Amino acid sequence: MTYACYGVAAWLLLIGCVAMVRSRNLVHTVVSLSVAQAGTYVLLLGVGYQRGAVAPIEPAGPVVDPVVQAMTLTDIVVSATITALLLAVSVQIAKRHGTVVPDELHELRG
Amino acid sequence: MTLRVRTAVCLLGAAGVAVLLALAFFKMPSFGGDWHPYRDLVRPIGALHATPNLISSVNFDIRALDTLGEESIVAASVVGVLSLLQPSKEERKSIEPAERPVASAVKLAGYLMLPVTVLLGLDVVLHGHLTPGGGFQGGVVLVTGWHLLYISGSYPALARLRPIDWCEYAEAAGIGLYAVTGILGLGLGTEFLANFLPTGQAGALISAGIVPVLSILVGIAVAGGFLVLLAQFLEQSLIREGSDS
Repeated sequence: MTYACYGVAAWLLLIGCVAMVRSRNLVHTVVSLSVAQAGTYVLLLGVGYQRGAVAPIEPAGPVVDPVVQAMTLTDIVVSATITALLLAVSVQIAKRHGTVVPDELHELRG
Repeated sequence: MTLRVRTAVCLLGAAGVAVLLALAFFKMPSFGGDWHPYRDLVRPIGALHATPNLISSVNFDIRALDTLGEESIVAASVVGVLSLLQPSKEERKSIEPAERPVASAVKLAGYLMLPVTVLLGLDVVLHGHLTPGGGFQGGVVLVTGWHLLYISGSYPALARLRPIDWCEYAEAAGIGLYAVTGILGLGLGTEFLANFLPTGQAGALISAGIVPVLSILVGIAVAGGFLVLLAQFLEQSLIREGSDS
């Protein structure tokens, strides 16, 4: 039970990667990447957790680790922007190639 | 490579990574324990600089340089989306804001929630150093509030109230002034992005030195940047079918 949180983190990362490889739609690929990244949120928050501790807003007794929480915030922001960028690329691919199925993109035309 | 071969190779790799992760996880300090050396280092600095929200203290004081890098990632992605989703000349002609019928209940809810959401966003940005929140979170809430106008069905109203040029300037200004704040500290004899302002009384609105300043600048930059991002995607959805190049 103690390792359940790490197990969830590893599961999210791996299932996201497998889904990316097996993806049949570019939007699905992008969402799979988000799922894989979500694993890092769980891992970071799990690392910083302490039983019985509260959110790191002073004044408080024992608090959880604010450093990993700040890193999770950074992670989420970067993930959101990368998702936006990849979706924009997907829109362009759909326009130029008329398909969003990765396997049909055999030749990348200029 | 067929899908089956690809899946097999991927599963093999995933199994390897899973074994490595499991080996690493079993050597981690026990989950939920009280050994958090970074927290113990951060807490005294938060108290010293009168920043009750330790996460903001980490983001805008201790790791302020990292946040500048993060801001640059946001800016780079906005520039990327802007250039990728720029409508072509033909597409621009066929953009027509379609009038959709919107249920009046949705409209009412949208208009009721708009001021609440905008106020909440401002509150989250301005009190980032005191209560949970900060520039990133508040900026996103502000953008969401703005787009309630879109859900309420008035795209023309949204387009009128959304000066895209100014949002781009706001984003650039937010990041630029963030760097200027750091250089200002450099000029005053401290390090780049060190907390050089007087920190004041913990819990006061104006306290914690440069933490609220940077938080507000980030809030402006994030709100501007995400508004531009969403505007590009919304514009794409307005391009009439059949006009693809």
